[in-house]
Amino acid sequence: MISIKNLHASINGKEILKGINLEVKAGEIHAIMGPNGSGKSTLSSVLAGREDYEVTEGSVTFEGKDLLEMSPEDRAREGLFLAFQYPIEIPGVSNVNFLKTAINEIRAHKGQDPMEAKDFLALLKDKQKLVELDAKLTNRSVNEGFSGGEKKRNEIFQMAILEPKLAILDETDSGLDIDALRVVANGVNKLRSKNNAFIVITHYQRLLDHIVPDFVHILYNGKIVKSGTKELALELEAKGYDEIKHQFEKTEG
Amino acid sequence: MIAERSITAQKIIESISGKANKVGFINDTELTGALQYLETKGIPTNKHEDYKYCNMDAVFKKEFKEIVQEFNELSNADVKPYKLDEAINLVVVNGNYAEHLSDKIIVKGITIKDLNHFTGKNSPIASTAKSNTDAFVALSNAFSGNGIALKVDKDNVIPMPINIIYINSAKNSSLVNPRSFIHVMPNAEVTITERFANVGKKIFSNFLSEKVVEENAKLTSYTIQEEGAESFSVNTNQVKVGKYATYDNTTITLSGQVVRNNHNVVIAGENSVSHLNGLFLTHDTQLVDNHTLMDHQVPNCESNELYKGAINGKSTGVFNGKIYVRKDAQKTNAYQSSKNILLSDDGTINTKPQLEIYANDVKCSHGTSTGKIDENALFYLKARGIGEENARKLLLAAFANEVVDKIEIESLKAHLETQLNKLY
Repeated sequence: MISIKNLHASINGKEILKGINLEVKAGEIHAIMGPNGSGKSTLSSVLAGREDYEVTEGSVTFEGKDLLEMSPEDRAREGLFLAFQYPIEIPGVSNVNFLKTAINEIRAHKGQDPMEAKDFLALLKDKQKLVELDAKLTNRSVNEGFSGGEKKRNEIFQMAILEPKLAILDETDSGLDIDALRVVANGVNKLRSKNNAFIVITHYQRLLDHIVPDFVHILYNGKIVKSGTKELALELEAKGYDEIKHQFEKTEG
Repeated sequence: MIAERSITAQKIIESISGKANKVGFINDTELTGALQYLETKGIPTNKHEDYKYCNMDAVFKKEFKEIVQEFNELSNADVKPYKLDEAINLVVVNGNYAEHLSDKIIVKGITIKDLNHFTGKNSPIASTAKSNTDAFVALSNAFSGNGIALKVDKDNVIPMPINIIYINSAKNSSLVNPRSFIHVMPNAEVTITERFANVGKKIFSNFLSEKVVEENAKLTSYTIQEEGAESFSVNTNQVKVGKYATYDNTTITLSGQVVRNNHNVVIAGENSVSHLNGLFLTHDTQLVDNHTLMDHQVPNCESNELYKGAINGKSTGVFNGKIYVRKDAQKTNAYQSSKNILLSDDGTINTKPQLEIYANDVKCSHGTSTGKIDENALFYLKARGIGEENARKLLLAAFANEVVDKIEIESLKAHLETQLNKLY
């Protein structure tokens, strides 16, 4: 699905990612954990194509294509989805119009005709149920006046509508109460299949009680310093990040 | 000095005086005053504070070296695109009311006349538009076309909108002075659209409208400017709002090489409400300059303004909003907001709120913002597969819709959305 090799990226001349290697296959869920400032969000931004970041070294291959060569919109059209840590409010653009435009641009990219209005409405209704999103929110402007939890649900709602091959969830659990967490996790679990994959970026272990990862990676100081299975997350939860910090500062020092 | 100032004005007067409508509906004092003002003060240059960004003298010197005053006749087919199915359509061609192109009025409570109907001392025309206030008011008072007067009788709520089409068609560079006088009598209600179009060659349109909204009356007014690249215009609205009355205007500028709007609202009756909304999307080397005045003369009134501009290419947008709260106008609520987006590196926006407050118990506020298109929003849309062009269109439509949504005539709104979509 995606193959990240020796990825280095910097912002304003400051190197944040210092050689990331990660291989994600279809059907897998990978969790990336790490302390604040380790480069988790930079990784998701670079993969989604945010232009503030400069890739200085390395490669990313997505479904056999060079991801870094693609514009953000083409990455999305090819099946990459980023659930934003801080979803943007866009006053005046209705959720419905936004999603219709997105779906139809993705369809056009695949050489398909625009979706029929009634099919689109049925799709909206179906996916609303999946993430327990109030229908009223769908008719409002994108994220405008949404609570933190509603914004995160809306991200998962969009993911459900767009059916990406690879979804990156960037701290989707931050700021969520336990009910919203369950809804978000349920959404992901219902959407997962042998044909798609997820990268779940999180600070805490609790999301991983609901979305069980196949692999857990620890990101520290711009590098993946440790990889393992779901037990690694539990270990981390018990011991905290201090040990990791201590261990790797020593080896680097 | 005086002579130099008036060269442009002299030329205009010489070019058009032989060919102009005989203005019998303006009283002699006003007429003499108009000519005198033009001859002494001339056409404003950018040294004139109110025309700082809109040098009209230069426009005439550069674009109207010759004013030939030759016009085409127009047919129903020329006018049709500007008619609205749900409205009573009235047409003013090259400044003169064209009854033969207008719909026949079958609605009770509306009286329509051409301005020539009024004569002499008792004519209401120019009662609120004084020559000594502005060169273009003077120009209209001196050389007005035989425009249109519309009266809505007392206690009448007019069930459909009235659409006045001001359409020009010059054979070559010419100057027209279209004019309207709209009088909404007590307890009456009406929606009036004023649409501006040009189907001929280069034109300078000096439009003037007097609007009087009497006690407890309501006038909803839409100004739609789509005159094209060969048009230069000054549009003055001189509005007087009475007790418990409501005046709403939304002005949308789609095109025009130079468009100057002077929207002056005299708040003359207590407990009245006035709203001015504006939207301009400028391209190439266009200049769109909106000047507004909310003149609070009496207590307990509310005024609210929202002007939005999106500036592209090498164009210039101007918003100058003056709020004047006189000594007696206690308990005034006056708000003003100017929001702008710069879409290019070479575009310019000049925005200036001007509050002069002489009463001590008032609520007045103004806000102005100018920025680029929101990069975070743009990225968010792209991250969902929406390409640059459509993402920008969505964001610009969202920006514009706050003003477009004020338009309550569905066919007009649909027309605007189509036209605006081409400009985004």
